[in-house]
Amino acid sequence: MSAIFKDHDVAGHPKAKWWTSRVAIYAALFFWTVICLFPIYWTLTTSFKLAPDVMRGNMVPWWDFTPRWKGWESIGLSPRLIGEVSTVREEFFKRFWNSTVISLSSSLLAVVLGSLAAYGLSRFNYRFGFMRNSDISFFFLSQMILPPVVLALPFLVLYKSLGLLDSRIGLILLYTLMVLPIVIWIMRDQFQGIPIELEEAALVDGLGVWGAFIQIVLPIALPGMVAAFILSLVLCWNEYFFAALLTSTNATTLPVMVASQTGSQGINWWSMAALSSAAILPLVIVAIFLEKYIIKGMAAGAVK
Amino acid sequence: MIVEGDLLHTVTADHISDRRKRLGKLLVWGTALLGFALALWQMAFETGRVASGFDTWRPVLYAYMLWATALCAAQVIVNGEKGKRTLFVLPAALFVISLVLFPLLFALYISFTDWNLASPNGPQPNGLANVREMWNDEFYWNALKNMVYYVLAVSVEYVIAFGLALLLNSQIRARKFFRVVFLLPLMLSPVAVSWMIGKSMLEVRFGPISRLLRDVGIEPSFFGSPEIARFMIMAMDAWTFIPFMMIMLLAGLQALPSEIIEASKVDGATGWQSFKEVIFPLMLPVSVTAIVIRIIFKLKLADIIINVTSGGPGGATDSVTSFIFREYRDRSNVGYGTLLAIVYLVLIIIFVTAMLKLVSRWMERPA
Repeated sequence: MSAIFKDHDVAGHPKAKWWTSRVAIYAALFFWTVICLFPIYWTLTTSFKLAPDVMRGNMVPWWDFTPRWKGWESIGLSPRLIGEVSTVREEFFKRFWNSTVISLSSSLLAVVLGSLAAYGLSRFNYRFGFMRNSDISFFFLSQMILPPVVLALPFLVLYKSLGLLDSRIGLILLYTLMVLPIVIWIMRDQFQGIPIELEEAALVDGLGVWGAFIQIVLPIALPGMVAAFILSLVLCWNEYFFAALLTSTNATTLPVMVASQTGSQGINWWSMAALSSAAILPLVIVAIFLEKYIIKGMAAGAVK
Repeated sequence: MIVEGDLLHTVTADHISDRRKRLGKLLVWGTALLGFALALWQMAFETGRVASGFDTWRPVLYAYMLWATALCAAQVIVNGEKGKRTLFVLPAALFVISLVLFPLLFALYISFTDWNLASPNGPQPNGLANVREMWNDEFYWNALKNMVYYVLAVSVEYVIAFGLALLLNSQIRARKFFRVVFLLPLMLSPVAVSWMIGKSMLEVRFGPISRLLRDVGIEPSFFGSPEIARFMIMAMDAWTFIPFMMIMLLAGLQALPSEIIEASKVDGATGWQSFKEVIFPLMLPVSVTAIVIRIIFKLKLADIIINVTSGGPGGATDSVTSFIFREYRDRSNVGYGTLLAIVYLVLIIIFVTAMLKLVSRWMERPA
């Protein structure tokens, strides 16, 4: 009789332990999910609230407050205003367009320059003066530690004399410089993973080094390039420091627009929430659909 | 990774005629001369020695770009096949050198002047006066001290990120959903975060977190006392950047050979033992890489501070970057601010080099 009980006890114990570990894991996962999502949820819902809703601390739409378009009207994006002419909307779209153009073109430029350099460094031996391959790689990667403050003030003066202050080109150049080390870091890893025999075969078949690079290597390295591009895009879209210092009216980006609203007294919660939501939504969408590439890019340096 | 000789061998018989070589050299020197002439002329115009000139220095920039293009083209013209190989690295190198080296040299010069953008005199060299001012500037030293706190906070971020990576790596359903959700904070711009959390959720009267605290019975004050304000900045920065470390660690975890962990289980190791004795040592290289990169990013911390506290209360949350930002924005003190930035750069270089030296032996994967 006792043997049966013992048997039962041994069989039951791991099961209980398994269940507790399950519960603990999912509890931790859901806890962190709330921490990650609540600020986004709060911002999105606040953009549909009116002042009394904010003050009463209402949280759930249609349950304790009725969603209104007031916040989105303040940037001219609501069903009522969408057909009409609106200066605030034009202002918003101008900033949005600036952000888009600047981040897309600097990411593109960085990926082109960075991929070429990374490919060269992973395939050929260079000697520029005393600098060998590893020194050149280190030179590129060491730009990562350069803090933006060091460059900001000289660039301000430099751009003033070049007439590039408050221009998109100026920001594009700086952002390219900022993300280039990261692109090179990712792409070097990618190219090192591509077997060299592929290019050797291409060279035997009569292609030049550039022909082999463009026709054979590029298509294989494309996912890596997309990863580098998206990571650069995220960094450029969110950049605030240079944009705040080097632009004033024409080339201001979305982060600067968001920041300039917080400075004013008596913040309009609903309009700030709408503006913030509009600024973060593009990247949230990117994160949801292109998560694979973002992770690929960030993992590139970690695992050899 | 130093390899003697090219990894990709190309054998080509290049016969480059003297005329071709001369043409290449002529291109480089011609465009360089054009640039110099333009620069000299513009300088003469600005100092008032020549009557006519351009409004801005932009033509000099165009000449510089022309020279850079000529330099690239000349590589192929003069060196043939070897030049084509150089052409891979040269554009990026030229780009970085011209955008970093010139401004850095220029920064070195203005850091020893008394340049204030508001003063009409322009830059006047003032020797070591800026250095002396820095020596007595309590706020700058305070900002440096804060940077130490901020960097130390990385260790807590690392623990949380490792925990999350372990969670995501365990046997769970809807792994992709959790991964995307955990990644989201990294996508948000620090400026938006400083409004979403710093100014709205932590707002003392109506913010949801204040409300929660008041329900518990604590009177909320997030940016009143220095310690709590600094902690809040750290928390917000951690919130955005924990996913970054998490993804790197997760990639490392997934690359671990599963046989070793299974073997440790067969040998009777408990979960904690197999973590301490097997997983953690194997993860050391990835961990160190993630921490080093995170610290490098941390040293640039500014956006959240500028937008939430502007360094307050009493400079308790100031990072060096945000301090210099205000030195420039509010006081237009270009000369002094640049000196502070240069000193910061030197400190960073010393710190990062020492750190890399110290940890490099753990960054190698144990064979």
